[in-house]
Amino acid sequence: MSPAPTPVDSPALSDYRRREQSIDLAPVGEQLVGLDHENETTEELLTLNFGPHHPATHGVLRLLVTLQGEVVRDLKPIIGYVHTGIEKTAEDKAYWKAIPIVERMDYLAYYFNAMAYVGAVEALVEVEVPTRAQYLRVIHLELNRIASHLIWLGTSALDLGASSIFLYCLRERELILDLFEMSSGARMHTRYFQVGGVIEDIPAGFARKLREFLKVMPERADEYGAILNANEIVLQRLRGTCPLDAETLLGLGVTGPLLRAAGNPWDLRKAAPYSSYEHFEFKIPVGTVGDNYDRFAVRLAEIYESVKIIEQALEGLPEGPHITEDRKVALPPRHELATSMEALIHHFKLVTEGFRVPPGEVYHPIESPRGELGCYVRSDGSSKPARVHMRDPSFVNLQALAPMCRGNYIADMIATTAMLDPILGGIDR
Amino acid sequence: MPDATGLELLARELGDAALETVYYRNRATVVVDPAQIRGVLRTLRARGYAFLASVHGVDHYPEEPRLGVVYELLDMSRVDRITVKLRVPTDAPTVESVTEDWPTADHQEREIYDMFGVVFEGHPDLRRILMPEDYEGHPQRRDFPIGGEPVIFTRDEAKWLEARE
Repeated sequence: MSPAPTPVDSPALSDYRRREQSIDLAPVGEQLVGLDHENETTEELLTLNFGPHHPATHGVLRLLVTLQGEVVRDLKPIIGYVHTGIEKTAEDKAYWKAIPIVERMDYLAYYFNAMAYVGAVEALVEVEVPTRAQYLRVIHLELNRIASHLIWLGTSALDLGASSIFLYCLRERELILDLFEMSSGARMHTRYFQVGGVIEDIPAGFARKLREFLKVMPERADEYGAILNANEIVLQRLRGTCPLDAETLLGLGVTGPLLRAAGNPWDLRKAAPYSSYEHFEFKIPVGTVGDNYDRFAVRLAEIYESVKIIEQALEGLPEGPHITEDRKVALPPRHELATSMEALIHHFKLVTEGFRVPPGEVYHPIESPRGELGCYVRSDGSSKPARVHMRDPSFVNLQALAPMCRGNYIADMIATTAMLDPILGGIDR
Repeated sequence: MPDATGLELLARELGDAALETVYYRNRATVVVDPAQIRGVLRTLRARGYAFLASVHGVDHYPEEPRLGVVYELLDMSRVDRITVKLRVPTDAPTVESVTEDWPTADHQEREIYDMFGVVFEGHPDLRRILMPEDYEGHPQRRDFPIGGEPVIFTRDEAKWLEARE
């Protein structure tokens, strides 16, 4: 059922399609000065459309790659294929009803999206989050960080040709998703974090199951390390490929494991602790040269650190309420509805209108598995946000792909894209 | 965050470029003259705020001037943040681009252009980034309606183009 191809000068084509079919190579030609590939027999440039549907792009990322032989001369990311207007939709929802859609931006780090958003709203409302809720948040955030890194490790290894490790990674991720299901009822996009705390306390048996997982996870991470660090093919493709120094990365706004791999130990959990992160002892893994191997090694090491944080949070989990007692922002407990008129009124007000937020603007940054995830919320005094904007680390980090890949082989570009860990749901929002 | 006093001192250093200071929820914001944005950011950069964490677009509808651009600056050694804000009207929405000083602003300014229609002068490649290139309007503006968006599939693209003419 595909329509016949239309010629470039046909009037039936939109301006956009016409431009797309006649790509101008002149600016790329200027970069060809000083070629050092003597054996290169061809001087011809090839423009390759890489994606949006390609298994190595980790989503619907399209890269317009200009190649000279096998060498990448220029690269332009084209994004927007899964833009769903979440920020616009959030403006039409009450503050607490926007949490589920905000979670769907970066679909591997849903707890982080929710945390950045509720953190910003909590700052605006000035609501106090109980310590138990903060610890429960830390447990879920770090579990989510491990789950996100597992998906990254599995799919990246798949790109490098190691297919069995993908299955191992998903096996461990399954254990995490089971834990999420236990605490919230959902495996992904859990809506567990609420303004003022978490929706429910962890159920009986959660702690035991979590301890089992914490015992298993470091052993399994050792296995991943043993498999990949002893694999000559993986090492050759990662070591020394596509490095970028910390200064350039900072100029490009890159944060997270990519920046730490280049030797800059910037981590918001340490630098500007939120949600009681200052109570826990953990290390920040850093790399030395900032090549693909460092990016891999830093993320693998972060799994162990996350396990350590969860262990401490679980052991030190204080007693107390799991959500704020402020009935103006948090739903009353179910049992109160049958006996208290006031609880019924609060419930009705919250579910129909939601709570009103004092006018103002707040930017709340946290450390997601990919870097600084900031949520900017502007309130105009009504019960719906006037503007929600996510500073998504994938969106910003993607700009570093071209400087990393220029002048390297296309096979290294695949490895670099994998080590960049872009999540297109977060990029396009 | 600089405290309220620190913010006032910083604003005095910026001179007539600083129009207003807001200290709200322990976060420091300085509202500046849109024509002097590059100078302001350079001054702050010299004071240590060397990392441009984020750039957001805002629509203050129905207040005038409507469109806002917000720069989040970060000083990594002192772990200190400051927000720089400017407002431009919809009929002359031009701001000087800061991509030369901070390459990270490239994608973010393109997003603001796409969503709000703020034109960044001097940006090397100011095109739409998230919406299709032939899209009309700036969807994040507050007076842009939600819903009613036709879905153009390739199979009936010709029909849509015909209907437009």
